[in-house]
Amino acid sequence: MSEIRTLIVDDSSVMRKIVERSLRQAGLDPLVVHEAGSGTEGLELLRAQSVDLILSDINMPAMDGLEFLRQIRTQNLAPGVPVVMITTESSEEHVKQAIEAGAKGYIRKPFTAEQVKERVLPLVRAT
Amino acid sequence: MLLNGVRAVGQAQGRWYGAKERDCTMAVSLRESVQMVSDPRNLDASVEEVFRLMLGVECRRDAPPAAVEKESVTAVVGFGGVLSGACVFRSGASAALKIAARMTGAEFDAIDDTVKDGIGEICNMLAGAWKGKVPELAANCGLSVPAVITGRDYNLHVQAPEFQVHHAYRFDESHFEVTIVCDGLL
Repeated sequence: MSEIRTLIVDDSSVMRKIVERSLRQAGLDPLVVHEAGSGTEGLELLRAQSVDLILSDINMPAMDGLEFLRQIRTQNLAPGVPVVMITTESSEEHVKQAIEAGAKGYIRKPFTAEQVKERVLPLVRAT
Repeated sequence: MLLNGVRAVGQAQGRWYGAKERDCTMAVSLRESVQMVSDPRNLDASVEEVFRLMLGVECRRDAPPAAVEKESVTAVVGFGGVLSGACVFRSGASAALKIAARMTGAEFDAIDDTVKDGIGEICNMLAGAWKGKVPELAANCGLSVPAVITGRDYNLHVQAPEFQVHHAYRFDESHFEVTIVCDGLL
């Protein structure tokens, strides 16, 4: 099976590790993980690397996750790659904003590996 | 002073999330629902959820420990919009190390950047979980990025909050405290 190349964008290094662990527990294998501590870093990485999946926080300083997502689309980076937002924001309005910006999935923190599996695996299998 | 800076960021985030378009009727209903907003069970449920899902431990409310560690870690996440205030998480150094270990799977013997990061994220999730318990807040109140303070012999003071919910909790043999402080309902 080919590797699942994943970009995780979160200003918290701890949360990036937790997300990676959850992806592995969810059965994404083999998994190659690229990390970015900001939206800007994420965009730079996408210019240099191809990925199959992107998971991003929303509440980040300087460039929030929704702006990061809009920039991915505007700059035509990672076309067709599903983006899943992982965030503490839980309202319908926030989910709507994320979907309108192009997100394919939404996971609220705190989360379980099972929730990650439910939201992410179908997206990975579809690409 | 620190709390004001965190609060300002929270209010800016609240504006970004559409607080400018908040319905006056909704704001009045929120004021009338202060009791719901300040319900201590919302905080208990949020703590239980975050610690169970992210750390895999059961938390319960408990009295603060008799002996207070000199070194402590405090994280603050501001919120702004319809409601302004902050969520404050505080623990002794030993509890912070255990929390970070649970989150990362690694062991820590000192408060380093990873431990501070982890505590900041815990506070972030507590603030988000708490505000998510009240529908009027979830969409109309933004969160700041966490600020984490470490050190010895310090206290946080919030001037004349509109309301405050403060509980101490315990998991295994570790203790921590969470405070929700609200200084304004708009």
